Amino acid sequence: MKLFALIGGGVIAHISRLGRASVFLYRVFLGGWQIFTRPSLLVHQIYAVGVLTLTIILVAGLFVGMVLSFQGYNTLVDFGAESSLGLMVALSLTRELGPVLAALLFAGRAGSALTAEIGLMKATQQLAGMEMMAVNPIERVVAPRFFAGFFSLTLLATLFTAVGVAGGHFIGVTVLGVDAGVFWSSMQEGVDFHDDIVSGIVKSIVFGFVVTWIAVFEGYDAVPTAEGVSRATTRTVVNASLAVLALDFILTSLMFGDV
Amino acid sequence: MAAKNSSGNDVLVEFRDVHFAYGDRPILKGVNLTIPRGKVTAILGPSGTGKTTLLNFIGGRLRPDHGDIIVDGLSVPRLRLKQLYALRRRMGMLFQSGALLTDINVFENIAFPVREHCRLPEPVLRNLVLLKLEMVGLRGARRLMPSELSGGMARRVALARAIVLDPMLVMYDEPFAGLDPISMAVIVKLIGEVNDALSISSVVVTHDVAEAYAIAHYMYLIADGQIIAQGTPEELQASQQVQVRQFMDGLPDGPVPYHYPAVAYEDDLLRGGLD
Repeated sequence: MKLFALIGGGVIAHISRLGRASVFLYRVFLGGWQIFTRPSLLVHQIYAVGVLTLTIILVAGLFVGMVLSFQGYNTLVDFGAESSLGLMVALSLTRELGPVLAALLFAGRAGSALTAEIGLMKATQQLAGMEMMAVNPIERVVAPRFFAGFFSLTLLATLFTAVGVAGGHFIGVTVLGVDAGVFWSSMQEGVDFHDDIVSGIVKSIVFGFVVTWIAVFEGYDAVPTAEGVSRATTRTVVNASLAVLALDFILTSLMFGDV
Repeated sequence: MAAKNSSGNDVLVEFRDVHFAYGDRPILKGVNLTIPRGKVTAILGPSGTGKTTLLNFIGGRLRPDHGDIIVDGLSVPRLRLKQLYALRRRMGMLFQSGALLTDINVFENIAFPVREHCRLPEPVLRNLVLLKLEMVGLRGARRLMPSELSGGMARRVALARAIVLDPMLVMYDEPFAGLDPISMAVIVKLIGEVNDALSISSVVVTHDVAEAYAIAHYMYLIADGQIIAQGTPEELQASQQVQVRQFMDGLPDGPVPYHYPAVAYEDDLLRGGLD
C-alpha cells in the first residue's frame, strides 16, 4: 500500500508541476507584449543569452564539422565515394547535429544561467520586491528572457551548421584533398531547401521553445534557497537535454519517417 | 496627497477575522487589527508567528483562507490583478534583505520603479532620486553596486526606493534585524522622519522591542496566530499579562514554551531509536 501511495504521490506531483509550467507559459505569453513596447529589454537579453553563447557554439560547430569530415572520409573512401563527402557533412549538420548539438550546448550554457539567475532573484526576494513595486516579474524578467532564448537558439543552430560545414570543408578539401568543386556541388545537388534546411530550422525552433521554457520555469519555480537553486539548475540541464533528444526523435520520425 | 483618501476615515488598513494556514499548519487564527493613517504602527511578536504574512496580505501577495483585508477602502483579496498592481503603486515595502536588484547600481535601483511606471525627463528623474538619496544620507553612494553596500546601507537604499513614488503606506519587514547599533539608530530615525516628513503611514513588523517602543504610536503583539495585546507603547509597557511580559522582557520560558512540542523526554530516550 505504501508503495502505491508513493508512486501515486510522485505522479500527482509531476502532473501538478506540468500544470504549473503550462499556466506559467500562458502568463509568459500574456506578458510578452512588453517586448514590443520596450524592445530594449529583449535586445539586452538577446545579448546575454545569445551573443554570449556564440563562442561555444562556433567552436563546437567547427570541431564537429571537422570530425564529421574525417570520419566520413574514412568510410566513404573505401567505396570510392569521397565525392559525396560534402553532401554527407551538410546533411548530417542541417538535419540533426546542428539543431540538436546547438540545443544541448545552449541548455548547458544559457539555460543553466537563466535558471540560476531567475532562481537567485527569487531567493534574494528581488522578484517579490518587484511585485511589491507593482512591476510584474513575469513581464519584466521572465518574458524577455524567454523570447530572447527562443529567438537566439534558432539563429545559433543555423550558425552552428554553417560553421560546421566550413570545418568540414577545411578538413575534407584542404587537409584530405577532396576536390573543392565536387565538395560543394554534391552539397548543392543533394541538400533540399525545404526537406533539409527548413526541417532543421523547425527543429531548432521547437528546441529553443522547450529549452528556454524549461529554463525559465525551473528558475521561477525553484525552492528559494541555495540548495533549491542548485537543484533547479541541474534539473534544467538534465530535463532540457532529455527533452531535446526525445523531441528530436519524434520530429525526425515525423519529417523523415516516410522516406 | 497621500493623506487624502477615497473612504475619508482615518483607518488605512483593516484586518477582519483573518484566518490562514500553510497546508495543515495554521498561521493566523482570526486576526483583527486596524492601522491608522499617518501613524507608525508596530506589529511585534516572536519569529515564525505570521507577522510577515500580515504584510503579504496587505500587499496582496497572499490570500487569506477566511476573512478580509481592507486597504484604503478596497478589499485586497477581491481585487483583480490590474487593480492590485494599481494599489501596490501606492505602497512601498522594505524587505529584510533589502531586495535590491543586484545587477544595477544604487541610483538605478531607486530609479527603477519610476522608470517602470512614469515617463519622466532624465534631469527630473535624477533630481527625484538624489532627493530621496539625500534623505537617507547616501547621495554620495549612488554609483555603488548593491554588493558593495553594508547591510544597513542596503536597507537605507531600499527605503529610498520604497518611498520614491511617494506611497501612502510603507511596510517594514524586520527593519532592525541584524544591524549594528549605529545602523539601527539610523533606521529608527529614518522611519520616524519618513513617516512625518512625507505624511505617510507606516507598518513596522519586528521583534526588536526597544526600537519598536522608540518609534511606534500604536503596537500590536501577536503570538500563536492571534493578537494577544494592543495599545500605545505606554499601555503595553504597563501590561501585566504574562504573555506580554514574557515577550517584552525577553524571558526564555513562559507561555511561549522553551521546548518545541515533543513526547515526554524519558519516553523518547527509552524508545531506543525506534522512530
